Amino acid sequence: MNSSTGLVANALACRRADRLLFENLGFHAAPGQLLEICGRNGSGKTTLLRLLCGLRQPDEGQITWQGQDIHADTEVFRRALCYIGHLNGLKADLSPLENLLADARLFGANPARVEAALETLGLLREIDLPCQRLSAGQKQRTALARLLIRGTPLWILDEPCASLDRQAQQQVQRLLESHANNGGTVIFTTHQPLVFEQGNVTQLWLAEAGADA
Amino acid sequence: MLNAFLTLLRRDLLLAIRHPGEVVDAWLFFLLIVVLFPLGTRPEAGLLTALAPAIVWIAALLSTLLSLDRIFKTDFQDGSLEQLLLNPYPTTVLVGAKVLAHWLSSGLLLILASPLLAMMLGLPARAMPVLMLSLLLGTPVLSLVGSIAVALTVGLRGAGLLLPLLLLPLYTPILIFGAHAVQAAALGMSAEGPLYLMAAILALALTLAPLAIAAALRIAVE
Amino acid sequence: MKTWFHQWGSPPHFYERAARWTPWFSVLALVTLAYGLIGGLVLAPMDYQQGQGYRIIFVHVPSAWMSMFIYTTLAIAGGIALIWRMKLAEVYIAAAAPLGASFTFLALLTGSLWGKPMWGTYWVWDARLTSELILLFLYLGVIALYSAIEDKRSAARAASVLALVGVVNIPIIHYSVEWWHTLHQGPTVTKFDKPSIDTAMLLPLLSMALGFTFYFAALALVRMRLGLLQRERYSRWVSDMLNQSQVKS
Repeated sequence: MNSSTGLVANALACRRADRLLFENLGFHAAPGQLLEICGRNGSGKTTLLRLLCGLRQPDEGQITWQGQDIHADTEVFRRALCYIGHLNGLKADLSPLENLLADARLFGANPARVEAALETLGLLREIDLPCQRLSAGQKQRTALARLLIRGTPLWILDEPCASLDRQAQQQVQRLLESHANNGGTVIFTTHQPLVFEQGNVTQLWLAEAGADA
Repeated sequence: MLNAFLTLLRRDLLLAIRHPGEVVDAWLFFLLIVVLFPLGTRPEAGLLTALAPAIVWIAALLSTLLSLDRIFKTDFQDGSLEQLLLNPYPTTVLVGAKVLAHWLSSGLLLILASPLLAMMLGLPARAMPVLMLSLLLGTPVLSLVGSIAVALTVGLRGAGLLLPLLLLPLYTPILIFGAHAVQAAALGMSAEGPLYLMAAILALALTLAPLAIAAALRIAVE
Repeated sequence: MKTWFHQWGSPPHFYERAARWTPWFSVLALVTLAYGLIGGLVLAPMDYQQGQGYRIIFVHVPSAWMSMFIYTTLAIAGGIALIWRMKLAEVYIAAAAPLGASFTFLALLTGSLWGKPMWGTYWVWDARLTSELILLFLYLGVIALYSAIEDKRSAARAASVLALVGVVNIPIIHYSVEWWHTLHQGPTVTKFDKPSIDTAMLLPLLSMALGFTFYFAALALVRMRLGLLQRERYSRWVSDMLNQSQVKS
C-alpha cells in the first residue's frame, strides 16, 4: 500500500500548559482501517484527535492526508473529514432536523440525506423536538447522524459511544465497520469495550501522562 | 459558499427569534441608558440637546458591548464553533454571516429606536436622518470590531469584565465621528465629513475584521 | 537568511546571546542618559516663554516616542508569532508590553505635570494627551488579555491579534482625536513641537531618546530571558544548563 494514502502522523509532539503529553508519535491510518487511540484519562487522547483534525497545531511534527500536509490545503482536507467531539455541536433550541439540515448545507452535503440518516439512527419520532428536550443518548445519535449525511472518507470520533445504550453501541460499531469495509478511515477513542468481528482494528496506546521528557 | 453563508445567517437569526429575551434585553438596556441620562442632570432642553448625540452614541456602544457577549459563547459551549472552524468554506465568510446576524438583531434595532429617543432628548428633527445614517454606518463597525475582542475572550471565565477594557478604546473613533456628525446636523451644519470618514472605517473593518475574528477563534479553541 | 532566522529562533541560543548583550545596552543607556540629562537640565538655555518648566520635555517627549515605538514592535512581533509561531516573538510580547505601558504612563504623568504651570490644571483634553491616554488603555488591554489566558502560548497569540488590531486602529484613533480637538478648540499651537529647536536642546533630546531605547532594550532582554526560562522550564536545554551551573559551583 502506498504509504501516503490515508492519514499519516509523523513525529508529533504536543505540550499542554507545561506538560508534555506525547513526543515522537507516529502512525499511519490507511483507507479501510479502524484506529483506536487508547490511554488513560488525561493521557492526551482528545488533544491528539484535535491535532489530527487541525483544530490545534502540534508543537513538533507533521500530519498529512493523502500525502498533503493538512494545513497546506485546508479545504481539501476538511471536505474529507467528519469530526465529532465531546461537544455535539447541536443547537439546543433547534430540532434534530433543523440542526442537521443546517449542518448538511454548511458542509455542502445533500440535505435530502438527512431524514434517511435520522431514520437509520431511530430518531424519526424526535425529529421535530428541540434538542434540549432529547436525552443524552438521543443527542449523541443526532450528532452521529452527520457521519451518514456528510459521507466523508475520514471519520475522527471522540467517544462516539458515550451515553449510548447497548443496542445503539452495537449499531455504531457496525457503522464504523461498514465504513472501513467501504474503504473509509476511522480514528476513534472509546471507553466501551467494542468487539469488532472483522476488519483491522489497530490500537495505539498513549503513554502514561506526565512522564518526563 | 453563498449557500453556507445564508444557511448560517438563517440559523443564527432563527436562534435569535427562538430566544428573543436576549435581543430585547440589549435593546431595553439601550433605551434605559438614554432615559437615565436626563435624570442625572437637569431636564433642560438646551443642555440635553447639546448632549443628545453623545448620549445616544454611548448608549449604542454599551448596548452593543452587552449583546456581543453572546455572539460566540453558545457556539463555543455546544461545540458548533469547532464544526464552524472545520468547515471547508473560508472561516472569514462564515464569520461574516454570524456578525451580520448579530447586527440585524442588535444594531438595526438601535437604529429603529433612535429617532424616538433623540426626540425625547430634544434633538431637532433635521438631525434625525444624519443620526440614523451615522448609526447605520457605525453600528456594523461596532459589531465587526467587537466580535474580534469577543472571539479573543470566548474561552475565558471572566470575559465579561475584560471585554470593555479591550473594546472601548477601539471604539473611540466611531464615537467621535458618529456623535459629531449628529452634532453638526443639529446645529444646521454639514455632516458630510464625519459620515464619509465613518464609511471609510466601515470599509476597512469589513475587509480586515473577519480575518482577525477567524484568527482569534482558532486561538480560542486550541 | 533562513538559518539565521532559525538560529535566532532557538531559545538557548538567544538566552546566551541576550546575556552577553544586556551589559552593553545598559552601559550605552547610562552614557546617553547621563549626557541627555546634563545637557537638558543644566546646559540647555532657558526657554524665554516657558522658563525652566519646559525642561520636562527631555523626559516627556522621549517617553511619548517610546510608547508609540514599543506598541509598533509589539504588533510586528505579533505578526511573527502568528505566522511563523516563533517562540521568541511570543516571549517578546509578554516582556515588552508592561514596559511600553510604563513609558506611556510616564508620558502621561510628565504631560500632566507640565500642564499645571502651563495651563493651570493637571489635565486638559489636549489631542496628544488624549491619544496617549487611549494608547495606555490599549496597552492595558494587551496585558490583561495575556494574563487572563492560562496557556501562555495561546495567551501570547491572542495578545498578538489584539496588538495587530490596535496598531491598525492607532492612526485612526490619533486622527479622530486630532479632528475632534480642532473642532472644539480651534488649531492651538501644541507647545511641544516648536518649528525650530535650538541644537543645544535638540542634541540632549535625541540623546535622551537613544538612552530610553537602550534602557528599554536592556530591560526587554532581561525580561525575555526570564520569560524564556519560565516557559521552557521543563525542556532539556534549561535542565542541562542548570545542571552545568551546579557542577561548576
